[in-house]
This record gives sequence, structure tokens and C-alpha cells, in this order.
Amino acid sequence: MDHEIQTEIRSAVDIVTARQHGRALAIELGFNGADVTLIAAAISEVARNIVDHAKNGWVSMRPANDSGKHGIAIVARDEGPGIRDVEQAMQYGYSTRKGLGVGLPGAKWLMDEFDIVSKVGKGTTVTMKKWRR
Amino acid sequence: MQVPILKQGDYLIASIQSVLSDADLLQLRDNLGERVGKFRSKGVIIDVTVLDVIDSFATRMLRTIAHMLKLRGAETVIVGIQPDVAFAMVQLGLTLEGVGTALDLEEGLIYLNSLLTKRISHHGP
Repeated sequence: MDHEIQTEIRSAVDIVTARQHGRALAIELGFNGADVTLIAAAISEVARNIVDHAKNGWVSMRPANDSGKHGIAIVARDEGPGIRDVEQAMQYGYSTRKGLGVGLPGAKWLMDEFDIVSKVGKGTTVTMKKWRR
Repeated sequence: MQVPILKQGDYLIASIQSVLSDADLLQLRDNLGERVGKFRSKGVIIDVTVLDVIDSFATRMLRTIAHMLKLRGAETVIVGIQPDVAFAMVQLGLTLEGVGTALDLEEGLIYLNSLLTKRISHHGP
């Protein structure tokens, strides 16, 4: 199980595809039902962030291992306008657009590890992991 | 995939059959808005049993639909949110504030019946 699944995100339809890929991989990696749903929901939010702010991007996922822990790693990256103030963007309820402002902070709550790197004019990369319990 | 909407007396039942894209949800909103007027419906049940994820967009859209239909004079109840889905929604901080929810279709019908009985008695002599 060393494979990586990559989904190109170009429109809202691709959000559903990325979520289904994530769900399938999470099940394959032995996550329980509740965690599979949390992972799918987190993928939905980061993929939606790409559609809403960057138009084009990728969500890739692969098995993750770290000192005896096993889980899933998800990377969402885009070459969109980037986020000027990441700290503000990670505040719950903050939205520059039509959203509820729960997407990125919500995804962080759903996962065990969450990291966001953004450069204005270059794009944004979100890396998140969840470990099997 | 389009959501079929059944007319059952004074109620409409929108029974979601598969995973929905954003466009499907927008279509459902428009279709329900139109049918509530066409059939003079008093209540709407949206069955989300098959949804494996209700994310921030879907939550916002369900809220929009319920509030919009309320302005058109119909009560909405969302039924069938699965336990894992409900858990993920809570983790995401998503609520369906001001929107009726019930366990399943049967409970949804009971919910609407009791709401509308109250409404009729208010108008009584």
C-alpha cells in the first residue's frame, strides 16, 4: 500500500471525486467508520477551498507512517493567489468570500496534524495527517 | 444526479439518492422553491440518509432551503443524518440552527403533522 492517489481539482464536481478517493483509501488503511467520515469531510473542505479561491489545484493522498503510527496523509495544493494572512484565514468564522468560514479551521479540527504554507502570488499548500487509533 | 421530489398530500418529499455535487444542491433548492408554489405544499421533508458527508457548503445549502421555504409558507424537516455524519458536522462546528430535524422519514412526517396541527389550531375559533 505504497500508492499515492492524486485528484485534480478544477470544479466543484472534483470535490466529490477527491472525497470518494479519500474514503476508499481510508477504508483500505483500516480506519473505522467515524474516522473515515471525518477524513472525507476534511478532504471536502480543503478541496472546496481550492475551488473557491484558486480555481485549480490538486489533492493527493497516501499512506503515512511515523514511529509506529499508521495513517493517512493528505496534501492539497494550488497555484492560486495565496493567502495574505494565514493566521486570520485559520480563524473560525473568517471568510473573504461566500463561505461560512469554517472550511480550513474545520479541517484542522478533524485531523491530527495540520500544516498550511501560503505565498502570495504563488499558491497554498495544506498538509494534513490522521493516525489510526 | 437530480433529486426526485414526490408529492404526498400537503407535503413534498425530496429523497436524495446518491452523493450530491454543489450543482445538484442548487438545483434541489430551485426545484423545491418552485414546487412548493405549484403544489401549495405546507411541508417538505428532505431525506439525506445516503449522504456520507455533509460539509460546510451542504449545511449552508440545507439551511438556505429551509429558510427560503419557510418564507414561502412551508415547514422543512431534514431527516436521516447518519451518526458518523452528525459527529463530523459537530467537529466542524456546523449546525442546522432554526431547521427541523428528525431521525427518519416516519419521524419527519410526525414532526410536520404536529407543527401543522398547531398552526391550524392557532387559526381556529
